[in-house]
Amino acid sequence: MARSTDRRVLDEVGGLRAMTWVMAIMLFLTMLAAALGLGTAGAARLLDRQLSGRLTVQIVEGEPARRDAVAARVLSALRKQPGVARATPVDRAELTRLLSPWLGSDGADPQLPVPAMIDIDLADQDDAAITRVTAAVHAVSPAARVDRHERWMSPVSDFMTSLTWLALALVLLMAGATAAVVVLAARAGLEAHRPTIEVMHMLGSTDLQVARLFQRRIALDATVGGIAGGLAALGVIAIIGVRLRMLGSELLSGVMLSLIDWLLLVCLPLGFVVLATLAARVTIVRALRRTL
Amino acid sequence: MRKRIGALGTRAGATTRMANIVQFENIGLRYGTGAETLSDVSFTLRSGAFYFVTGASGAGKTSLLKLLYLAQRPSRGIIRLFGEDAVLLPRDRLPGFRRRIGVVFQDFRLVPHLSAWDNIALPLRVAGVPEADVEQPVREMLAWVGLTERAHARPATLSGGEQQRVAIARAVIARPEILIADEPTGNVDPDMAERLLHLFDSLNKLGTTVVVATHDFHLLNRIPHAQMMRLDRGRLLDPTGSLRYPPKRPDS
Repeated sequence: MARSTDRRVLDEVGGLRAMTWVMAIMLFLTMLAAALGLGTAGAARLLDRQLSGRLTVQIVEGEPARRDAVAARVLSALRKQPGVARATPVDRAELTRLLSPWLGSDGADPQLPVPAMIDIDLADQDDAAITRVTAAVHAVSPAARVDRHERWMSPVSDFMTSLTWLALALVLLMAGATAAVVVLAARAGLEAHRPTIEVMHMLGSTDLQVARLFQRRIALDATVGGIAGGLAALGVIAIIGVRLRMLGSELLSGVMLSLIDWLLLVCLPLGFVVLATLAARVTIVRALRRTL
Repeated sequence: MRKRIGALGTRAGATTRMANIVQFENIGLRYGTGAETLSDVSFTLRSGAFYFVTGASGAGKTSLLKLLYLAQRPSRGIIRLFGEDAVLLPRDRLPGFRRRIGVVFQDFRLVPHLSAWDNIALPLRVAGVPEADVEQPVREMLAWVGLTERAHARPATLSGGEQQRVAIARAVIARPEILIADEPTGNVDPDMAERLLHLFDSLNKLGTTVVVATHDFHLLNRIPHAQMMRLDRGRLLDPTGSLRYPPKRPDS
């Protein structure tokens, strides 16, 4: 059937007109949730990359000369390990700076029993490499502590992963709610146009032909709503991105969207249009199957 | 007029070789759990013939027509349509059968948002006729029913008679083998009723089987070759369908 005629047959479907607004709002919220999920997933990945394979050795000795001697031996042993890409002692000035929020200028006191610290980057990031390095450190100084950075930051990483899952759940909920709204709108449209549909059936229309009348209309409304809601959401996300960048936070800088993330966000309206169209089609065809 | 609607006769005429186009055997129809609206209705419609279905209001005329145009399935009995069992016909085959039947509804049932032109074109578009091939038949139909000037008017702006003619044009444009009309003259003045009847007669002469339900007894003898089926409280008084008006009552 000609598409222009299709449109006119359902010209005054008020319920379907409201679909444009519903789709715009749903898509706006969904894209924000999706952006949150993609951003936190990216940040979690970045954090994992930065922290995995990084260790810090702490040598705790009360007597500074002995502490520095042990630290030198540990450093020498570490640099001979094949799995160690880099072993760097944290100098006293850096330690003093790190302690200054708690100790103030007293942190610079040479008599203060501050542990010696060595930062290690591993070439291999598997557990076996960490075990080998830990054994080498303990062979020189059994009292030394070897800390994995991953372990310190795992609550943050877990929180980010939770946010990602929450965002995914929100996106799925929104998609489900959108499908439900489409189902209701399609049923309302079907009821409003029952006399016309009966005539179409009597003229020999198939269920799919009738369903097409509705799905084209809903697809059109969903497209218009999707574009409006999508553009608004992209604008908001871009503004948030700029503000995050301006904060200069090392942690929050990971919450940035990659090119693939932006492409995924742009594809969301298309996915919603397809979802709305399919939901309308299935609803109408199922409803029509209950008639003769 | 014959030239204008010459194309109509081709498909309908092809079925004239088939003796019986419709066959009802012991049909009963019951809505829900109520009493039977139609009981033990048996008749045969011959291809290319003209039939009136008469009876008082509530006699079951519309129900009988609904069975004929496949808007309803019977509660019991056998219906053979175009040589096939219409009762057991799978739902997905109904559209194909319905395209072979033209229906003029009592209340016209024109699509309100479409112009007269688009309403008449609807059966062709439903049948998937290319848009280029729709224009000529629609133009001919509009001329045939005398509505060329009103082609772009919407149903709400048409008079009852004009709407009826649009409904008739829509019913016949796809060259149906059977034309079914439910009280087609119920909403028009006597002059228009006679003109509409002549439209049906001209179609019938081109080979279309015509079934007209009416309780207007004045119209019944206007088509001399028409046969009548008289319904009374859901029962067909003359099972052979060959009565002339006035019908001979079984008890007389």
